[in-house]
Amino acid sequence: MDWNSFLDTFINRWPTILTALQEHLYLSFVSILIGILISVPLGIIISRLKKIAEFVIGITAVFQTIPSLALFGFLLPVFGIGSTPAIIALMIYALLPILRNTYTGIVGVDDSLIQAGKGMGMTSGQILWKIELPLALPVIMAGIRTATVLTIGVATLATFIGAGGLGDIIYRGLSTMNNELVLAGAVPAALLAIFFDSILKGIERIVTPKGLKKQD
Amino acid sequence: MIEFKQVSKTFPDGFQALKNINLHVNKGELVTVIGPSGCGKTTTMKMINRLLEPSSGQILVDGENIKNQNPVQLRRNIGYVIQQIGLFPHMTIEENVALVPKMKGWPKDKYIRRVDGLLDLVGLDPKVFKKRYPSELSGGQQQRIGVIRALAAEPPVVLMDEPFSALDPISREQLQDELVALQDNIQKTIVFVTHDMDEALKIADRIAIMDNGEIIQLAKPDQILRHPANQFVEDFIGEERMNKELGGKTAKSLMLSKVATVKPNRGLAEALQIMKTYSVDSLMVTNTKGEFQGILELPILEAHYRDESKKVEDIMSPVAHSVQVETNYTDIAEIFAKHQVVTIPVLDGGRLVGLITRSSMMRGLAGMKQTV
Repeated sequence: MDWNSFLDTFINRWPTILTALQEHLYLSFVSILIGILISVPLGIIISRLKKIAEFVIGITAVFQTIPSLALFGFLLPVFGIGSTPAIIALMIYALLPILRNTYTGIVGVDDSLIQAGKGMGMTSGQILWKIELPLALPVIMAGIRTATVLTIGVATLATFIGAGGLGDIIYRGLSTMNNELVLAGAVPAALLAIFFDSILKGIERIVTPKGLKKQD
Repeated sequence: MIEFKQVSKTFPDGFQALKNINLHVNKGELVTVIGPSGCGKTTTMKMINRLLEPSSGQILVDGENIKNQNPVQLRRNIGYVIQQIGLFPHMTIEENVALVPKMKGWPKDKYIRRVDGLLDLVGLDPKVFKKRYPSELSGGQQQRIGVIRALAAEPPVVLMDEPFSALDPISREQLQDELVALQDNIQKTIVFVTHDMDEALKIADRIAIMDNGEIIQLAKPDQILRHPANQFVEDFIGEERMNKELGGKTAKSLMLSKVATVKPNRGLAEALQIMKTYSVDSLMVTNTKGEFQGILELPILEAHYRDESKKVEDIMSPVAHSVQVETNYTDIAEIFAKHQVVTIPVLDGGRLVGLITRSSMMRGLAGMKQTV
């Protein structure tokens, strides 16, 4: 393999890569979004019910240990092929990092602040929105960041249940022993992950409350 | 203003934190609740703003049973200062102080003015500090904000839970002084929990001494010092604060035990050096056994300073008045009254053990600790 033939493949297959990229983004985004919508509220709930917290986090941890290909396999008989089972599987992977960070972020808020807030006459809703969530937000964002990078990576396997994405190109390259084609799928997938990681890192910095930044 | 009627508290684990407490805090009064850890003082306080609920009995604030009030509304009318300060790190000083007024629906210009006024009150320039974050302030400054945050919505009652105990000794003293001055102006009803007797004596209108879930004694500081209710209170106050033993006070409790001394065979330059080090204008001369020989005074030393052959023993003067450690304070007062003396050496046999000055005598009689 040489550089020129890789570039040729890349240019020739550009429309295919672009479509695959779109599919990839769609799969990743939708699953992350659903993952956030489930995990953040769930994390808030279990931070109030510490007795079941370990149990709930434990369940998501078990999901995490299932090999991704096997998880796709499990979902196949129930949901068939296509993007639905892929999104469900990816969403399941995104749960643990977001849930755990939401929980630790909220539980990690200094108890004396909660006491002070309560003693000053804040309702539990005000304590959540004005104290706990703002202070936990950087930690929650870090969880979302981990989940995003993870999902973009795992989404390359979605091709095996016919959900498309950059995995399609990689798989096609592998089965035709075409290294250039493998890279034409792998490089955009890697760049995508790095790109979103740095964007989310920026967001993480923005949501970190000003008063906390100056401490370091 | 605040009234406890036969209040008891038993925690779910069976620990009885409070046993039948009766307590009345008058309007505008600062009552400190003091006792060893686990005595129930913090429990007592937390029941006033319903952070804890009594197992039995009633608590009235302003004549109203707090059980019938919404805890959130109740707390917004009771200022609360905690030991850990508890300023919200993600909010500016202004946002922290304005929190309760905002929750109570004050118009913006009113609470902004209030924040400025309060910052001025504790000597922090609003222009400088308003937009800062808590982490940019020193511990003492942070707790000043903690105190004014509690006062922000003009609550008639303020609860303070060991507010100064985490601060360094200098800030602590300053904040105590400021609180006393502040209280002169604002006349709030304050319940102040502490474990520091000096603090309690300094700031309290009345002190409630607690032990084992009971109030052992509730009285003015002076009364507690003069008439401690029992052995526990006496021990808690500590011997040196007890005025009642005034009649028995001897030289030992009135003297400074750290004395600048010089040996008789030393040169004058050396003696001068010692005076400079200790910032004193006279030195006690003692021999190697510690026995008192005389006194060396600065004017005499200066007069002979040029003569390098002179030693301390050549120019020291005898002392007309010295006392023994067991000498009664009345005899010492006699000496100060009748003779022109600045200091009186205290001897144990022949050995010099201390020195009484007029100020050390005053401190000793007042039951204060000697600073050196």
